[in-house]
Amino acid sequence: MSTQTTTDSLKGHKTNWWSGGKSPFNLEYGKVMMWYFLMSDAFTFGAFLISYGSIRFSQNFWPDPNVVFNAFPGAGHADLPLAFVSVMTFILIISSVTMVLAVHAGHNHDKKGVIKWLMWTIVGGLAFLSCQAWEWHHLITGEHVVFANGKLEAIGQTMGGNPWGQLVHDNALLTNALNATPHDALVKIVHSHDHSHSLEELAKMTDTQLRGMVNVTDMHIREKGPIAFGGYFYGITGFHGFHVFSGVVINIIMLLMTQKDVFEKRGHYLMIEKAGLYWHFVDLVWVFVFLCFYLI
Amino acid sequence: MQHPAFEEVTFHPKHEDEKTFKQKVIKTTIILSIITVIELGLGLLMHFLHMPDDFKRLMIKGIVVILSLAKAFYIVAVFMHLGDEIRNMIMTIVVPLMLFIWFIIGFIADGNSYKNLRNKYDKHFKESTNPHKYEQKANTHQIKPGGKN
Repeated sequence: MSTQTTTDSLKGHKTNWWSGGKSPFNLEYGKVMMWYFLMSDAFTFGAFLISYGSIRFSQNFWPDPNVVFNAFPGAGHADLPLAFVSVMTFILIISSVTMVLAVHAGHNHDKKGVIKWLMWTIVGGLAFLSCQAWEWHHLITGEHVVFANGKLEAIGQTMGGNPWGQLVHDNALLTNALNATPHDALVKIVHSHDHSHSLEELAKMTDTQLRGMVNVTDMHIREKGPIAFGGYFYGITGFHGFHVFSGVVINIIMLLMTQKDVFEKRGHYLMIEKAGLYWHFVDLVWVFVFLCFYLI
Repeated sequence: MQHPAFEEVTFHPKHEDEKTFKQKVIKTTIILSIITVIELGLGLLMHFLHMPDDFKRLMIKGIVVILSLAKAFYIVAVFMHLGDEIRNMIMTIVVPLMLFIWFIIGFIADGNSYKNLRNKYDKHFKESTNPHKYEQKANTHQIKPGGKN
């Protein structure tokens, strides 16, 4: 009899989690669902990045990230590969840490702490978004000279093309291309590296004058890069940026709710934990976006 | 720390004190920062040493991928507290993610096979995208005047 009772209680103990009345995962419902949402979102991002990898492996040539991402705000044409994106990466890491501290303050029912750390997280998110805005603006409007169809032209990185192809070493080819380049393109080419004249002044010059101002040998002229590069870059970093943006909005809502004592009255700050999970996920995705676009 | 609003959560295995929590956060932040710096260093190393697209470069890229996975582990396990959840919960998240092993290998291999097929059957693709085409031309230009002299 006593043996029977022991086995029963052992059995009971083993199936304890699933016998009802408690969460088998020891987590509140909303948090479990946030985890599953994040897992599905990981597959969405994963699919995008794997698609990028698949296209990249199908090409003989792919742009070198150190060539594409070498600008820094206020540094002009200085060649600083990966400098700005490291700043962006550290902003996200630090904002992730401040979010951990906000969640921890919530555990301790420390309303002031939650408000303080949530505010810093929001500041970090906004800083990241501002950096991305600058980066995109620079890539789209920063024009580089490319050799295409026997002519030269100045283009930025868009969905329709990018200037990140192979370096053209053949100077005879480039000189011929320069001579075949029409007036409008010449104006843009000179303007892309010489800011001492305005576009209007350059437009008034003759083609011969403009060609005299272009030195094809030391301009590092490239071909157009693989067309998919722009779309993948803007698509994936844009999708991530949209996550950052929605994370900032969620954090602002959490901040307002905290200030209005919603969680204090509810008796727990679980909502902050769920917002925190989302925010950390945004940082997690950046690890892989950073890896696929900037590092390898 | 039993909250009245979520009685379904019954099990509170360990209660961290302030000091261990702070140490854990600081330690993780430093680990993440150091890994990022190493990754950047390796990325710049490949650039400034003008490493060719060979096996050595591929190895460095492999190291960077592994370092990124380590970063992901620390973010998920410590910042997202998945490491503190019970095993069943961890498994429902981690096991489905195993799909990525097939997902990555399968699609990368597919892209690679497409490249090989095109290089074999599409001569224009092969010639117009060959990464060394200008280097070869540049070399022939250098040799020609030398030959005349």
